[in-house]
Amino acid sequence: MNFRLIFRVMGFVLRCEAGLLALPALVSAVYGEWDMFLVFLGVIAFSLLASGLMLLKKPSSMHLQAREGFFAVAMTWIVLACVGAFPFYFSGYFQGYIDCVFEAMSGFTTTGSTILTEVESLPKGILFWRSFTHWVGGMGILVFVLGIMPNMDPSSIQLMKAESPGPAPGKLVPKLKDTARLLYTIYFVMTAVQILLLCMVGMPFYDSVIHAMGTAGTGGFSSRNLSVGAYNNVPAEMIIAVFMLLFGVNFNIYYMTLRRQWNGIKENEELRWYLIVVGTSILLIMWNILPMCSSVWEAFRYSSFQVSSIITTTGYGTADFNLWPSLSRNILVVLMIVGACAGSTGGGIKVSRLIILFKSLKREISRVLHPNLVKRVKMEGRAISDEIVRNTLVFFFAYILIVVFSILLVSLDGYDLVTSATSVFATISNIGPGLELVGPVGNFSMFSGFAKLVLTFCMLAGRLEIFPVLIVFSPRAWRRDF
Amino acid sequence: MKIIIVGVGKVGYTLASHLCHEDNEVTLVDSHMTALDKAQETLDLIGIKGSGLSIQALVEAGVRETDLVIATTSSDEVNMLCCLSAKRMGVPHTIARIRNPEYSREISSLKREIGLDMVINPEQETAAEIARILRFPAAINVDPFAGGRIELVAYRIMSTDPIKGRPLAEVMTSVKEKVLFCTVLRGDDVIIPDGSFVLQEEDIAHIIGRASQILAFFRRIGKETHSVKNVMVIGGGRIAYYLCDTIARSNIKVKIIEQDKDRCKELDELLPNCIIIHGDGTDENLLAQEAIEKCESLVSITGNDEENLITALYASHMGVPKVVTKVTRDNYGRIMQNLKLDCTVSPKNITAAQIIRFVRALKNTIGSNVETLYKIVGGRAEALQFCANETTAHLNVPLKDITFKPNFIVAAIARKGEIIIPTGNDFIQKKDTVIIVSSQANVVDLNDVFADGGKQP
Repeated sequence: MNFRLIFRVMGFVLRCEAGLLALPALVSAVYGEWDMFLVFLGVIAFSLLASGLMLLKKPSSMHLQAREGFFAVAMTWIVLACVGAFPFYFSGYFQGYIDCVFEAMSGFTTTGSTILTEVESLPKGILFWRSFTHWVGGMGILVFVLGIMPNMDPSSIQLMKAESPGPAPGKLVPKLKDTARLLYTIYFVMTAVQILLLCMVGMPFYDSVIHAMGTAGTGGFSSRNLSVGAYNNVPAEMIIAVFMLLFGVNFNIYYMTLRRQWNGIKENEELRWYLIVVGTSILLIMWNILPMCSSVWEAFRYSSFQVSSIITTTGYGTADFNLWPSLSRNILVVLMIVGACAGSTGGGIKVSRLIILFKSLKREISRVLHPNLVKRVKMEGRAISDEIVRNTLVFFFAYILIVVFSILLVSLDGYDLVTSATSVFATISNIGPGLELVGPVGNFSMFSGFAKLVLTFCMLAGRLEIFPVLIVFSPRAWRRDF
Repeated sequence: MKIIIVGVGKVGYTLASHLCHEDNEVTLVDSHMTALDKAQETLDLIGIKGSGLSIQALVEAGVRETDLVIATTSSDEVNMLCCLSAKRMGVPHTIARIRNPEYSREISSLKREIGLDMVINPEQETAAEIARILRFPAAINVDPFAGGRIELVAYRIMSTDPIKGRPLAEVMTSVKEKVLFCTVLRGDDVIIPDGSFVLQEEDIAHIIGRASQILAFFRRIGKETHSVKNVMVIGGGRIAYYLCDTIARSNIKVKIIEQDKDRCKELDELLPNCIIIHGDGTDENLLAQEAIEKCESLVSITGNDEENLITALYASHMGVPKVVTKVTRDNYGRIMQNLKLDCTVSPKNITAAQIIRFVRALKNTIGSNVETLYKIVGGRAEALQFCANETTAHLNVPLKDITFKPNFIVAAIARKGEIIIPTGNDFIQKKDTVIIVSSQANVVDLNDVFADGGKQP
């Protein structure tokens, strides 16, 4: 393992983080929160210093192997969250450093689970930083770094592969740097459009920015205790619901739209199934919660918002779905596991992985009927390599394994099954709220420090899609020689 | 006509032999002397050793005075380039064999860009023929005529057939459908039947008529007329690809057995609706595992004649009702017929027949007025399509008053989009498309079929 190279990647990321922290510092200054401004300045100075130390020694080789890519990404994210927690810690509104790391990790991984019981009294700069981490984490900090890093080694594609969600992430255009820039451009433009639309329907500018960033990263931090529901602004809810769905779509689709490749979009299986799942869930929940609502329209308003919020793993709420009937709650839990599309900013297992899993299952059944059958798993008519299929199967097992162990560890705290289980689902799928105590009106503050660490781990494992995180925890990867 | 054939493989040789017999000046170009020698020894033509891409070889073969260049080397690219350079050197007509499925999808633009007059894809043609057979399993063979408006259907008379043992005139008056028996193959003899002819068991009869009429006729004599519902294909070559690509769309369930694992994977990607089985098509266990006894049809199209034969025999033995076999070697035809494996396809012959059809049509502008030609009954008879014009004798005379040469029959007349299956009272008019079936070759004009040679009385 080329640790110097990994340090170098981390150094670049820290330098970036210092740059990113300038933005909340600016917000603090604008709103006259000078003590917060000083805190941000301090953290910026610290990051720059640390990154300077990390970049001091040049590595002998700039070539990243796959394992180094995975390792670097996981370590970077851990460092990112640890440093990103400093502004929270020094603001004085949080209790203990673990809470701050939980909150920062929740931000960067676009989870949106919070340990705060009350957010409205927080300084604007802190709230901005909280949501800004969503925006950066949604598309990925390393993709951001790849877009601006000079003299990049072509092997840096490993970093993108390790960070981008989905079974087979790849480039859109021949150059890696251009791909990263293109992704961030699409991302930025869509966020800007959303801010504009939210302002137009009467949401204050600051709140629009906060919610647009939370939507774009499919995060879910809000500046209000009651989340989006606090505004009781139907057009704003619809805009957010639509944009959540949009950010849950593979960004390749937007690239295809730009290039007018309509056929590619029409034939995209993942998009089709994503929309089918969303549509079916909205209808089922509508029908199920109809008795609780005054009209069909109201049922549609709540169910559509909640379905898009959960399947894209955003986690905004307009209604306390914890009080909904059992079927609706269970559909939402299933959606938590399904997640958004590959190559989007959303989390979860991803629709494309589930398609591959279903097709593999179908293939195994036909293989019993025809023992000599040759059949490859296909997406859009093209065969998927067996390696990706195997990787997906193992991913699914690893996902279940982590979920099971995390539930066991979290239940040490003694909360009920639904709370323990959904807290794990909500964090590993990067959603935010679960059910019962961690439901849309609850929060994660009552958990012990240990449980919070376990859930923080789940968030990271979910965002980086497990394998990079498992490598960090594998003792063999740490050995210098072999 | 002066013709250069580049590439003397199976198709090249068959083509050369047919074209030579039809009195064309054929020059062969091939880089292998042995193939040329074999052709020069058996056929009346000349061979030039050289690559089809070599300008020098082409010039030596007389490319500048040639009417037609046919490129049938094993490489698509060589064929295309060869035709391209021949065209540049002033050859008016070129034919290329292009068989790669990737090119076959863009054939029209290729034809335009390279200036090809005809592109021949033996595998695709063979697949089309098999598909026609599978859609109409009662028949041994189905050939379309007059732009597909009429069909020529071959089928074997069974011991249970009600039309057996009765004179044709009596049979035809008992059925309302307008169909015509144009040839009968009995043993090795090709017979053009008349009204007194009596059909026997084991005869292979060719019936011409509109597709709907033929269907109705078959229904009347108690034959299956619907398409097969499933087919097992042995061998996953290019024919299998073209075949399955077309029939899987018409809701026929397809199972392909192929020996090569990598090819299986390719096929699986190309044909998502088919079941691809990896294994040996001659392996009885495998066939049993895949429930061969439940198959409605089996198509054996591996690259090996003997394997095809064995599999086809086994399938017939297991009671598969419709078995289609690919045979490349001509000398197996007799054996197949004796084994009652009637449905055979030969890509080589199909290709040759198509090109000859084209050559005849070309000649039309020079003297003959054959529009299309079909070799039927294994090449032992021909169905020819003519256009009647001013020079045609006996216009507007009822057919019963015309004396024909023996072994000729007017099988159909197409008049202004209407198809007439003629009786004695029908007559030929100017501009009619007339289909003649004959057991003799070398008919070049409609007047050749009249006993008086078309000389006006």
